[in-house]
Amino acid sequence: MTDFFPLFIQQLFNGLSLGAIYALIAIGYTMVYGIIGMINFAHGEIYMVGAYVGLVALTAIGTQSGLPIWLIIAAMLALSVTVTGVYGYTVERIAYRPLRSSPRLVALISAIGMSIFLQNWVGLGQGTRDMAVPSLISGAYTLQMGESFEITIAWSRLMIIGVVLVLMIALTLFIQHSRMGRASRACSQDLQMAELLGINTDRVISFTFVLGAVLAAVGGVLIAITVGKLNPFIGFIAGIKAFTAAVLGGIGSIPGAMLGGVLLGVAETLAAGYISSEYKDIVAFGLLVLILLFRPTGLLGKPEVEKV
Amino acid sequence: MLAQLPRALIAAVFAFVILAPIFGLKLVRQGMHSALQPHWNIVLWGCAAVFVVQLLHPWLARLFARVRLPSVPALDEEHHLWAWAAVVLLAVVWPFFGGRSAVDIATLALIYVMLGLGLNIVVGFAGLLDLGFVGFYAVGAYTYGLLYYWAGWSFWECLPLAGAMAALFGFLLGFPVLRLRGDYLAIVTLGFGEIIRLLLTNLTDWTGGPDGISGIPSPTLFGLEMTRRASSPEGQTFHEFFDMPFNPDHMVIYLYLLALALALVTLLVSNRLLRMPIGRAWEALREDEIACRSLGLNPTRIKLSAFTLGAMFAGFGGAFFAARQGLVNPESFTFIESALILSVVVLGGMGSQVGVILAAVALTVLPEVVREFAEYRMLAFGFVMVLMMVWRPQGLLPMKRPQVDL
Repeated sequence: MTDFFPLFIQQLFNGLSLGAIYALIAIGYTMVYGIIGMINFAHGEIYMVGAYVGLVALTAIGTQSGLPIWLIIAAMLALSVTVTGVYGYTVERIAYRPLRSSPRLVALISAIGMSIFLQNWVGLGQGTRDMAVPSLISGAYTLQMGESFEITIAWSRLMIIGVVLVLMIALTLFIQHSRMGRASRACSQDLQMAELLGINTDRVISFTFVLGAVLAAVGGVLIAITVGKLNPFIGFIAGIKAFTAAVLGGIGSIPGAMLGGVLLGVAETLAAGYISSEYKDIVAFGLLVLILLFRPTGLLGKPEVEKV
Repeated sequence: MLAQLPRALIAAVFAFVILAPIFGLKLVRQGMHSALQPHWNIVLWGCAAVFVVQLLHPWLARLFARVRLPSVPALDEEHHLWAWAAVVLLAVVWPFFGGRSAVDIATLALIYVMLGLGLNIVVGFAGLLDLGFVGFYAVGAYTYGLLYYWAGWSFWECLPLAGAMAALFGFLLGFPVLRLRGDYLAIVTLGFGEIIRLLLTNLTDWTGGPDGISGIPSPTLFGLEMTRRASSPEGQTFHEFFDMPFNPDHMVIYLYLLALALALVTLLVSNRLLRMPIGRAWEALREDEIACRSLGLNPTRIKLSAFTLGAMFAGFGGAFFAARQGLVNPESFTFIESALILSVVVLGGMGSQVGVILAAVALTVLPEVVREFAEYRMLAFGFVMVLMMVWRPQGLLPMKRPQVDL
């Protein structure tokens, strides 16, 4: 039992960095759901595209270029964010905008189709095999805990937490204080009313998709650097988990998505540490089912009233 | 056309941004490192195509507005029966003249017909989007696989049990989730489907883990085995009994006819169910749940019946699948399989049985016919799903139901 506490701290740290990524993706789900009430099933695929674009940028620059690492990562992020922003806009324009007034299930099926399409699109372009991502940030900070156990804090994971923290603060400020942020909050309260008041709702919705895609892309690039490999199918499972995080925190609520992401990441790594790593996906899916059954509004969500 | 120019230019730039990093710069592995291989031709052609289409957009839209899709020719009741009889007769007779591989593909198509018709009860009739349908298919397949492996049961002993087992799973899983709203229901069923698959993968001691169970015997014909030699000394094989030379084609045709029989049973049962009060209740519930509730229908019970019955047919399909493949492993039951069955239902027209049958046949036979496009198969599926939803959400052959406009 002496190892219990250090292992717990280690898993907590790993869970935090994983949860930070889930939170980034979950924001895309939750904002889209908050405004147009649909589950953007293809969102996980946008994250995967972001990771691929990051790798393409990294390969184009090369690891031996002599540029400082932060500059390389910044370039990867910049390119990835630009491309996925366009992806997010285009997906919305093609697959969702024509279905704005359709029943929810029609839009969901369209989103599933888009998800399958994007997976195979990247698979066709870049191959379906695992691609190795050269590690940019190696090394870790070791913390001696007691006599026999030490905690390793990988720099790359620390970077994830740092970047995500900065982005979350920026996003919160943006939503609270900017014109577009105000408009999107208005739209999530009442889309029709916002339109009557002269808000260009089409533009707000497009913006939401682009913002979600951009955040997911950042997550994709960061996780690709940390994990070191990617394939076109990573988006599906990450998407489902991020959706779980969004539901856990209360879908439609941005702070909820952040909270839910961190909670899910920690729960998953703790399950992997104490039960078995094979069961970590089951934990995530099981959590999803349980929340939807017992508290569909999530931790911070508002109850939805069904109207005739 | 000039008014479209800026729009077309922007679209072309977007197409460039979308295409360039995925198709234009291919990642190739060179030893330890990866390098980029430029393929600018594809990108430029893609951009040009998008540019032209956007430029001609208003004109194309007018052109497509005039295109009319055929709907099912309306036959009166009597001719209807004759048409069905002719189709069934043809389906029974042709394998005796068709090639072996064609019959094999047709068998696969019939499995999808069965699954599509089963899912049609849930998605088409009752309007519940079930994304974990493949879970029940897996339950059926593993029921046969495990009972054979641990208890030596035969296909015919397992078939009813596989259906019952899948129905039980449908009932137990459906019970808590069916009060959820449409899209949440879809996600929860997806979660269940994945949990079933993950459990099958990880319970290695029982299910054989990722390798699954192999050596599952094919069905017998009234106790006659369709193999070269009988598996036990006192057993008799089909070709010995009828005093024929052994021919592996017999097995293929037998499996085909069995699949046909199962598909026909599924069709008949679901067709009759739709005309029963319970079927009417499914459709009423799909159209307006609140109105149904105020008329005294119990939504949970009605949904549960649809869910359970759909799962049962998936279970039959699963047991047959296990018998045909001779092995089961969790790889066959991924989410993509669920999406494939769903796209059969969506493409055929939700609720339309003829449509579902045609879509199942088309989606299995087309990729086999155009083998060189096999890698584009899933790409096309995804694209078609989006296209159908945007352009014709009621499906290619939508169901016509008697209605009175007030």
